[in-house]
This record gives sequence, C-alpha cells and structure tokens, in this order.
Amino acid sequence: MNIVVCIKQVPGTTEVKIDPQTNTLVREGVEGIVNPFDTYALEEGVRLKERFGGVVTVVSMGPPQAEAALREAISVGADQAILLSDRAFAGSDTLATAYVLSRAIARIGDYDLVICGKQTLDGDTGQVGPELAQRLGIPFVAYVSKVEAIQDGQMRVQRLIEEGHELMEAPLPCVMSVVKEINVPRLPSLRGMMRAKGAQIPVWTARDLDIEADRVGVAGSPTRVIRVFFPQRTRKSQMLEGTAESQVEQLVERLRETKLI
Amino acid sequence: MGCLSVMHYFLNEQQRMIKGLARRIAEERIMPVRAELDEREEFPWDVMKELAEADLFRIFIPEAYGGLGGGCLDLCVAVEELSRGCCGIAVSYAASSLGSIALIEYGTEEQRQKYLPDIASGAKLAAFALTESMAGSDAAAIRTTAVRDGENYILNGTKQFITNGGEAELYTIIALTDPAKGARGASAILVEKGTPGFTFGKKERKMGIRASTTRELVFHNCRVPRQNLLGREGSGFIITLKTLDRSRPGVGAQAVGLAQGALEAAVAYARERHQFGQPISSFQAIQHMLADMATQVEAARALVYAVARAIDTGVKDYTEAAAMAKLFASDMAMRVTTDAVQIFGGVGYMRDYPVEKMMRDAKITQIYEGTNQVLRNTIALELLKRKAKPE
Ligand SMILES: Cc1cc2nc3c(=O)[nH]c(=O)nc-3n(C[C@H](O)[C@H](O)[C@H](O)COP(=O)(O)OP(=O)(O)OC[C@H]3O[C@@H](n4cnc5c(N)ncnc54)[C@H](O)[C@@H]3O)c2cc1C
Repeated sequence: MNIVVCIKQVPGTTEVKIDPQTNTLVREGVEGIVNPFDTYALEEGVRLKERFGGVVTVVSMGPPQAEAALREAISVGADQAILLSDRAFAGSDTLATAYVLSRAIARIGDYDLVICGKQTLDGDTGQVGPELAQRLGIPFVAYVSKVEAIQDGQMRVQRLIEEGHELMEAPLPCVMSVVKEINVPRLPSLRGMMRAKGAQIPVWTARDLDIEADRVGVAGSPTRVIRVFFPQRTRKSQMLEGTAESQVEQLVERLRETKLI
Repeated sequence: MGCLSVMHYFLNEQQRMIKGLARRIAEERIMPVRAELDEREEFPWDVMKELAEADLFRIFIPEAYGGLGGGCLDLCVAVEELSRGCCGIAVSYAASSLGSIALIEYGTEEQRQKYLPDIASGAKLAAFALTESMAGSDAAAIRTTAVRDGENYILNGTKQFITNGGEAELYTIIALTDPAKGARGASAILVEKGTPGFTFGKKERKMGIRASTTRELVFHNCRVPRQNLLGREGSGFIITLKTLDRSRPGVGAQAVGLAQGALEAAVAYARERHQFGQPISSFQAIQHMLADMATQVEAARALVYAVARAIDTGVKDYTEAAAMAKLFASDMAMRVTTDAVQIFGGVGYMRDYPVEKMMRDAKITQIYEGTNQVLRNTIALELLKRKAKPE
C-alpha cells in the first residue's frame, strides 16, 4: 500500500497581506507552516501505512523553503519527501499546480492512494485534489472522514456531507481529500525529528518532470484574481421582547418564516 | 508564548529538540487537561502515551537498549518543560527514570536486556521504593526484608509514598538481605508488578501533584528469583545514595519549570488586570516582585543546568552539587509560586486559575528525594569534611 500525500506550506498567520498589484498573497517574511488540513492527510497516510504496510511519500510544490514543511512531515512518520520547485512554477494556479503534482506522482509511479487535505488555509479553493485526480485519470473521493476498509483493490470510506455521512467504495488507485474529523494528528517524535534532520530531500524541477512550459506558472494559469475584498457585513439584529416563553415562540416563528427550520 | 528566559544556555542540538518537543507537548496536550486531572486525582495515562510516542522515555535509556542515551541535562530539559505544564504529570514521567537508574548503572547485561527496552518505549513505567513509615529521612531504618531461600529472595514489608506505585510495571526495591547488618545489609532488588505476594495499598490523597499516583507497596512472602538482585548483596545503600544523587538535579528541573510557568502566568495577569485605572503591572510593588521572581528562576535554572552538565562531563563526586541544585531550585519554586498567587490576588486563590495549583505542587519539591533540611545537612557535611586548602 504505497501512499502519496500532497502538502503545502502556507503562511502561519491569519493576517496575510494581499499584493495589490497581483492580487496574490504576500509570502515574504511570513513564517511557513504545514497547511493545517494537510496534517490530517499526512496522519491518515501514516496510519494506513501502519495498518497495511508500504511507503508514505510526501510531495510539495513550492519555493525552496517549503523543504521545512517536508522535513516536518518526515518527523511525524512520512518515509520520504520530494520537493517540486522551479522558478517556472511560480504563480501557478490550481490547474497548473495539479498538473505539476500529477507529473510528479506519475514519476513516483508505484502508488495505490493519493491523499490531500480538503483545502488550503491560504487559497481556500479545494480544487487541487479533484483536478489532480482528473489529470491522473483516477477516481476522486472528497471529504473523507473515515477509512473503513481497504481490501482487494477497493477502498470503503465514509464521507462527510452536509446531511450526514455517505458510505462510498472506490477502486484503487484513487485520490481522496480528508476532513479534520478523520483523525488527531500526532506530534513529532524525537527519533522522527532526528530522521527528518538527516533526510535527503530531492528537488524535482520542470525539466525532471517533463513539464510543458506553457502549462505552468502565470502563463499556464487561466485563473485571474480580479479583486480581493472582505464581504460586507449584512447581519442585522433584532431584539425579541416579552417573557422567555413568548420570546422562544417568536424566535421559532421567525426561523420558520425564513425556512431555517 | 515565547520563553521569558533571557539567558542562552548553549544547549546542543538534541537538547534543543527535546526542549521544543516537550514544550509543545506541555502546551498542546498537558495544559488543556491539567486542571481536570488535578481535580480528579487521575493518573495521566493519555499523556504518558503521548510522551512515549514522542520518544521522551528513550531520553534516559542507553542506545543499546532502544534509548537515545541522553545525559542528565537532556532529562532535566525535558522535565523542566513538562513541569511548566504540570508538575504532577512531569513527576510521573521522571519517576520512571528514577526507577531505572539502578538498573542502568548496576544491572547485568541480561537484566538490562530484559527490562530497559520496554521502559525506553514507554510501554512500561518504573518506580523506586525506599521510604517506609518508620524510615523517611532516616532511610537506614528500613525494615522490609528480602531473605534468601535457595534460588529466590522472599520479600516482606511495606513501602510507603511510592510514586507510580500501582501504575509502574517494574520496581527497584531497597530491602534488607541481611537484617543483622542494618543499613550495610541492604540490597536493591527488581520486582515486577503481578508477582504473587506483591500488592498495593491505598492511593494517597495529596495536596499537590495530584495527577501523579503515590501508593503503598505491600510485600507478603513475595518470591523473586535471585537474578533480580542489582549489584551485590549489601550494596543497596550505596546504590540508593548514587541513585538519588543522579536524580536530584531532575527535581531541581521540576522546580524550575514549575516556577517558570508561574512567572509567565503572573506577568500575563499583571499586564491585563486593571485597578485604580491602570494595569497592576504599573505598580512598582508588583514590578519588583516580578523582577525578583524572574531573577530567582534564572539563577536556579543556571545552577541546575550547570550541575547536570558537570555530571554529563563525568565528574565523579557530585553529591553536594546535586543536593544544592535540588535545594535551591525547590525553595525558589515555593517562593515564586507563592508570589504568583499574591500577584493574582483573590483569583489566585481560586481553582479556576492555574497558580494555586502551582503553589500546591511546589511544596513537594522541598520534601521528596531528601527534605531540604536533610540536604542542608548533606551539603554542610561535605563542606566541612573537605580540607580547607586553596585550589
Ligand atoms: C508525593 C510523594 C512522593 C514520594 N515518592 C517517593 C518515591 O517514589 N520513592 C520513595 O522511596 N519515597 C518517596 N517519597 C518519600 C519521601 O522521599 C519522604 O517523604 C521524604 O524523604 C521525607 O521523609 P518523611 O516523610 O518520613 O519525613 P521525616 O523524615 O519524618 O521528616 C519530618 C521532618 O523532620 C525533618 N528532619 C528529619 N530528619 C532530620 C534531620 N536529621 N535533620 C533535620 N531535619 C530533619 C525533615 O526535614 C522534615 O521537616 C515520596 C513522598 C511524597 C510525599
């Protein structure tokens, strides 16, 4: 059971600045952390490996400093890590990112399962997972909250959907994205940290991956960010008066009117 | 929150790793549960499992047995950071080290192979049992016996106030193999939990470190094989003294971590609490208290680290230095935690805030592993027996 986990380094703060010129995030000078949603993906990968054997490989596309995120992944149980880094990748949107990741995973070759976090903290799109599955030509299962069984090349999982849980089966290999309900990520261990410190982390460039130049970076990214803004607060408050009972009645009535219940 | 320490102690890479990881565990896994564990006097098994998975029990075990072969300072750094979160949890961890020292130092290859890997992985906890109801500071007054009978020893007697009692799987027991010789007839013997004739008495209800377990160990015709003897027959007292010398800087580290936690809480509270239209941190009376607290914590840390380092560099006789580290740091922790409660005022006295627990926890560091009175005796004795000659 060989597993590939895709992780991203994101700014370790919620006070990110937006570059007014490009409408993209300013990353300089901000301490990077592993995208919190990806830590669940990583933990699930390590747990599945502990259950079924195999190797967990972590990949990340990013600038050279994203290597720190990969070392952290090794300290919590990943076996190996690969950094996908090239000037040409800068400015890639989700489509271009999924393309680069798909080339890397194709190069890794021998895999049964690819795991992603449900979305990133900075971009927030949740698109890379499904786009990646599309590129690899394998199924995608979103928002997995529990892996029930893996048997005979089939995986049975629970997905978290708005109305509750959905039970699904998918053939392997496939790509899944996971939600935070799936596990509690472990802390690093001292031996893991030592292993992480000494680990060789290869860097794969556009050339290593046979990347078509016009499909990555700004040129290969059809997404244009027109404007970034805070949504207007349109919340209105109303005070209900009267006895507690009558307030509850009024409240229930309002909720019915607005079809919230 | 960053560490308020202003000093640089030139920790090596492994020690920095230990410090960072232990701090993270304290903040993410210990601080959220400490008040509840204290309230319920519940042994922190979940946290022990986390410490095991983080390899923290490997720190004090040699590499040949699955450990990391860390020194005294490595352990002190871990204990300090855990104590900053909760001293009761930290001592449950540290007692496993205390219970392993004699085995590491005096055990045969076979004994070490048999027991140390499970201690290193955290699968089993260890404990050290010397104290009895009639033998506290006067350890030579122990009455528990271990009489030879063919290939066995037969243990009889009761040990009191044993940290990790009932939770640990492996116990180093100090018992008289030759009662006629008194202290010179004492030996150190390994006893496993579950051995017939070995049961546990009541769990003590304590003032502080309430997440830790303190119990009686009761031996009634308990048979253990001869191979469980550590070192030679009659060396039990030397082993005890060496064990405590080695362990005392760790108690100092508990005190330093505890006091650091109290200092940080006091600084944060002094900044945010307003009286007379200003933060109480603007009053010089509070400022001076904080300044004294910070200075004392740093002085104690410097002493504990220096002694631990001396031990790690191979100093032979460190009885006096180890006693000083424990004595100074524990008296400091009692003062600093008391002042922290003072700075919090009325809420400091309430169990909704963490500082009253820290004050309760601090008290034990002045009592166990040699009361501070007894340690002063030890230090004075060493001091006075040295010939007054210039170095
Ligand atoms: C929570 C807790 C955990 C413990 N864990 C362990 C453990 O894991 N293993 C273990 O073996 N023991 C353990 N102990 C026992 C502990 O080490 C003893 O309680 C301690 O050594 C003091 O002994 P005592 O309680 O009999 O006090 P006593 O010896 O009766 O002392 C009473 C008072 O007299 C003073 N005093 C005694 N003799 C002298 C002297 N010669 N000069 C001046 N003053 C003196 C003492 O300082 C103290 O103030 C633990 C105790 C507690 C409370």
